[in-house]
Amino acid sequence: MYNTEIRGPLILGNKSLGQITDDITSPLYARPKFWWLAGLGISSLMMLLGFWAIYVTISTGIGTWGVNNTVGWGWAIINFVWWIGIGHAGTAFSIFLLILRQEWRSSINRAAEAMTVVAVGCAALFPALHMGRIWNAFFILPYPNTRGPLWVNYNSPLFWDFIAISAYLLISASFWYLGMIPDFATIRDHAKSKVRKGVYGWLAMGWRGSVGEWKRYEGLSYILGGIAAVLVVSVHSIVSTDFAVSVEPGWHTTIFPPYFVVGAIFSGFAMVMTLMILLRKIYKLEDYITDRHMQNVAKILIFVSLIMGTAYLTEIFLAWYSGNRYEIFTFFHNRITGEFTVQFWIMFVCNAIIPQLMWFKKIRSNVLILFIISILINVGMWFERFNIVITSLAKDYLPSAWASYSPTFVEISVYLGTLGIFIFGVLLFFKYIPMIAISEVKAVNKYQIENRKSKGESKKN
Amino acid sequence: MEKHWRSIEEFHGGKDPGPETEAGQEHRNAVLDLLDSRAVDSPATRRDFLKLFGFSIATATVVSSCEKPVQKAIPYLIRPEEVTPGQASYYASTFYDGSEYCSVLVKVRDGRPIKIEGNHRSPVSHGGTSARVQASVLNLYDEARYRDPMISREPVSWEETDRLVREKLSSGRRTVLVTPTVISPSTREAIGLFLKAYPGAEWIQYDETPASGIREAHRILFGRSLIPGFHFDTADYILSLDADFLGTWLAPVEFTRDYASTREVSSTRPRMSRHVQVESGFSVTGTSADIRLPVTPRESQLMLAAIYNRVADATGYPSLLAPPPVHDVEAMTAGLLEHRGRSLVVSGSNDPDVQVLVGGLNYMLGNYGQTLDLDRCIMLKQGDDAKFVDFVASLENGEVDNLVLVNVNPLYSLGGFDALGKAGFTVYAGTAMNETAEACRVVCPDHHYLEAWGDAEPVTASYSLQQPCIRPIFNTRAFQDSLLAWAGETQSYGDLLRSWWKENLAPSAPEGFEAWWKHTLQQGYLEKEPGHPVLEYTPPRVALEPAESGLSLILYQPVSLNDGRYANNPWLQELPDPVSKVCWDNYLAVSPADAEEKGLRDEMVVTLDGIAVPVLVQPGQARGTVSLALGYGRTRAGKVGDHLGINGFRWITRRNGHRCYVNDRIRMEATGETYPLARTQTHHTMEGRPIVRETTLEEYRKDPCAGNHFHVETEAHHQTLYPGVKFDGFHWGLVVDLNKCTGCNNCIVACTAENNVATVGKEEVRNRRIMHWIRIDRYYSGEPGNPQVLHQPVICQHCDNAPCENVCPVSATMHSNEGLNQVAYARCIGTKYCINNCPYRVRRFNWFKYVKNDRFDFNQNSDLSRLALNPDVTVRERGVIEKCSFCVQRIQEKKMEAKLENRALTDGEVQPACVQSCPAGALVFGNLNDEGSEVSRLKKQERNYHLLEELHTLPSVGYLTRVRNSPPGSPGNHEEQNEHNG
Repeated sequence: MYNTEIRGPLILGNKSLGQITDDITSPLYARPKFWWLAGLGISSLMMLLGFWAIYVTISTGIGTWGVNNTVGWGWAIINFVWWIGIGHAGTAFSIFLLILRQEWRSSINRAAEAMTVVAVGCAALFPALHMGRIWNAFFILPYPNTRGPLWVNYNSPLFWDFIAISAYLLISASFWYLGMIPDFATIRDHAKSKVRKGVYGWLAMGWRGSVGEWKRYEGLSYILGGIAAVLVVSVHSIVSTDFAVSVEPGWHTTIFPPYFVVGAIFSGFAMVMTLMILLRKIYKLEDYITDRHMQNVAKILIFVSLIMGTAYLTEIFLAWYSGNRYEIFTFFHNRITGEFTVQFWIMFVCNAIIPQLMWFKKIRSNVLILFIISILINVGMWFERFNIVITSLAKDYLPSAWASYSPTFVEISVYLGTLGIFIFGVLLFFKYIPMIAISEVKAVNKYQIENRKSKGESKKN
Repeated sequence: MEKHWRSIEEFHGGKDPGPETEAGQEHRNAVLDLLDSRAVDSPATRRDFLKLFGFSIATATVVSSCEKPVQKAIPYLIRPEEVTPGQASYYASTFYDGSEYCSVLVKVRDGRPIKIEGNHRSPVSHGGTSARVQASVLNLYDEARYRDPMISREPVSWEETDRLVREKLSSGRRTVLVTPTVISPSTREAIGLFLKAYPGAEWIQYDETPASGIREAHRILFGRSLIPGFHFDTADYILSLDADFLGTWLAPVEFTRDYASTREVSSTRPRMSRHVQVESGFSVTGTSADIRLPVTPRESQLMLAAIYNRVADATGYPSLLAPPPVHDVEAMTAGLLEHRGRSLVVSGSNDPDVQVLVGGLNYMLGNYGQTLDLDRCIMLKQGDDAKFVDFVASLENGEVDNLVLVNVNPLYSLGGFDALGKAGFTVYAGTAMNETAEACRVVCPDHHYLEAWGDAEPVTASYSLQQPCIRPIFNTRAFQDSLLAWAGETQSYGDLLRSWWKENLAPSAPEGFEAWWKHTLQQGYLEKEPGHPVLEYTPPRVALEPAESGLSLILYQPVSLNDGRYANNPWLQELPDPVSKVCWDNYLAVSPADAEEKGLRDEMVVTLDGIAVPVLVQPGQARGTVSLALGYGRTRAGKVGDHLGINGFRWITRRNGHRCYVNDRIRMEATGETYPLARTQTHHTMEGRPIVRETTLEEYRKDPCAGNHFHVETEAHHQTLYPGVKFDGFHWGLVVDLNKCTGCNNCIVACTAENNVATVGKEEVRNRRIMHWIRIDRYYSGEPGNPQVLHQPVICQHCDNAPCENVCPVSATMHSNEGLNQVAYARCIGTKYCINNCPYRVRRFNWFKYVKNDRFDFNQNSDLSRLALNPDVTVRERGVIEKCSFCVQRIQEKKMEAKLENRALTDGEVQPACVQSCPAGALVFGNLNDEGSEVSRLKKQERNYHLLEELHTLPSVGYLTRVRNSPPGSPGNHEEQNEHNG
């Protein structure tokens, strides 16, 4: 089915299995290039700045941020939701496309999953940092204690949040790692230096590629995949309840869970697109990450963008239709017009309008434009979170308490720091882990399938 | 009883050596043996020894390595009488700072005064206080206080000081003693002794903000220099011309109480006074008015003259020559004539010509003897401006050899008082550092009023006592004692006070004096029958011809700093102005029309006669006028108050020899600069939301629900799937009567003092991080040129369905079984989710460490000023949420008291700090479960509603609608626009 006239092959260039291994693992053996070292240097500097900002935040207080007694959550929570959204794509890719039997995903899912793990790690930093007393953060754990015992508040969305994010981080990291085990073994087998052999051997956990191992491997993949599929939906639904459970105008809506999940997939796929374009360009992996991949992701983005636009319009419509004066104010006088109008329209244009350009094949096939659009989508998604968090809080019920909010240098530095962590992590990933799942790609390789067909073998492995 | 047995041995009375017993025994033995060192032949092994040894070493290491802060808590060796550690004592005393009087109860905990409460028994102040009174406790622990007597800035002993002063005083030709108004009869006695000891010495009373115009006017009209007593409670029609009688004018605490009593509206008493305020700037009094007219000082005088003439015509008195008024005065004249004997005209002007007309008007209306009292006069502000002018002239001529200044600050408050240096020898006696003291040769530090004896006669024949509540903290001496020492007297001032009371006030039986004295001291006041002087009225003969003027500068006393004497008090500096909501600075209030014409916006800087001052566009400011608060621009006030704002006293003018607060000769020029102002509220309209509900008296009479139909509607729609909340014992609640609240800010400072609320400073106020647990929201409605103002005190609403409670992940905020919404600081991890989910935004986060932090060098950064902290309330750590607790510590204290006395709590016994000292009685606290309690009674009123009640938060705080007694068609009567229907 993979070499039909309509679809064409998934991997171009008639690669042999050995070629695939070489193509994908060659950057691992090559000396680091200048751009890589430069990127590592810049991201390290950003991380340093971030660590300084974190130190200031923890040692001096949240007062070093721009949040106040009206707007209790600021950039920290915007960035938290933003990162969590980006961290959605990897698992969504692996699981949903797996379920939908979209085999083309195998070229990208490794990078997407790596991105997930780093992004969720970045995200998890923010709720911890924005706590006033981070040294007492363990209070949020439901552990038996001598204070009564005093349990956590199971009604609080923040507690659900904590559980959801930690579960998601654990599962997506396990899933990612599991997928890498056969590839680590491949590198181990090819490795020449002892250190490399040792490290990758340790990471490969003694993988030999026997039939029994593959069987267990697949079984575990499906179990973890099944759990992760639920988590992909649950984690952002639960993040959305942080807002939806409250009384704030613009927050208190039932549309939030699906709206957040879709938004997360949107930003995650956009980030996948950004990374894909960089990957294939830098490492010349156009044969693996083909134009068709780009087109497919673009099509998904068009569809999700339509959902986003619908969600925005639904919110606005319901604000008007409810007749609730506070909702009407928030949407019509504080977002569409008013103090935060610029942020609202950046969000709307970037998320609901610009992706529609990809209906045109010309645009869809222009990698540069796709790259720009993918970046714009993540800018738009950042502003969506800004709109939700800040506009509702800044002007809610009592006009006497209305305030504004602008971030401080420390706050911005924390964000830059997490960007640094992300870039740093992705660069390390480029260098030390096969960027494409070798074993999976081999499974969908045209050459192999053809050979297999001619020998009348089964499709499996 | 039948015998049960388990084995034959047991049946025979032996002990059953069952296996369980044996094992248990063995286990116990092993444990005991481990610790029993005597047992040589015990089964304790080397292993056990090592275990114990290791454990001990580890424990010792861990324990000793934990650094413990050194606590300086030293128990009493001999417990002082009356002091029970942990229990507060209250002492009746008197607050008098030279311009304001209040009868107070001082709360003393472990020997230190920590809170000022109003004395409810006082016939003068009736249990109310003002923001200044509440904050005065902090001045006791002010680091700017002088600690030792000084000669030429060098600390010396009192003996040395006295020697020098006496030597100089006896050698000089002319000695002048300058004090603020002395209302203490015994101090007058002491001053008399001093003056007697130095023949030729003069005594001058100097008020920073004088009221000599009223005294002079009464001298002209009645032949006696006096300020009559004002009875706002009996006035049905109040016309106030620029008199901020609810804020700073004369006796605001007394006036607020009297005034508020006429604003109490209920279905059984559907009437209230009508208050007309004619003023240039927007004062806190103007915000309460039913009709407010913004006019220039000139227009105000023309109106006064016109009303005078019309009333004179109607009552048969001679009218005066005056230009026609710019505004229509018919309605006011009619109102006054209709309420003859039940009306009251007051003016804040210090121009005797104006005050003469006001006095004449009141006389023609028959108000003297009704709303104005000539028997019980106000004894405050006795300073004589004319006399002071002569003194300054002679000082400049070098005719004064010795100058003794007591608690006055003319160097600051009298523009160009540079003549001080011309006096041969200067002595300053006062509590804290100020500009004048720093320029004097000898400084004799005075006690703070909480450390000193004293008495007062604020109103004729109404006396009150002041007693020391703490041993003097520093090497200070009451200034009366200083005067007595210099006069060569051997008796102390305390003895003199007692003997004066014994001779002049005590009942005749001398053996009963001790009991009488103790009783009087305990209740703090003494009422005597005043004399009834018969005063002859002479109709005035003045021609009022106010000059045309360009821009008028109005100088006013702000509610917080008054005349600048509290500049170093961080609580008052951070207290937002009741109208503009600006703190930490003064500014030039410009009317919206003028601002538009001159292209001025908020925070732009203009120069006023060359001095830069930031602009604030103030709705309701009269066109052609600008206002500037006095009290700022201090240069020697201390670490908090120095160099904040600009000194407005330099623009004080003189009319007929009296200092006036209006200056018509100013030049205002725009500059391109801006200057940031800190405001606690930046949005000023309600956006049509039913937040403060108002109606007019007329509508209210027709329908008691007027303006509040939304409440009825919402109540009918409250639906829930969950069972309603029930409280078995108490259910605490509070009701705010918006019609009585004047927005005076007293509650904010009371709460700050009671609950150790941190001061955060200008920068943090700008960042919207003020910590006040109670804030007074102020909304404008109507035209910007002359808006109506609505005040609304907002505290934690203690919702029974609180949105903040269910979102806290660690249950740090929860509901008590008495309906209180509580915060467990120790549990809070600071997610700030509750801030976001509180629709009232009353929760406060500790963004920084506000205690012992040089960045917040206000009142919690030194050991001295931290003495003012209330030990019953936790000082919050950085990173936790705090908010109003309904003063839970007070509830617990009273509950405990009642329990020990084995009785039920009575209604009104528990009073949070804000309720206790509200001069207007606008706040009522109590048990909602008690049908008979005052708070339940008010909650049943048709005027009652809850803030944001449509959210189904079920608040325990209720508000009573604001009712305006505005005639139809007036700006205050806009019923149609304000009827809010969901």
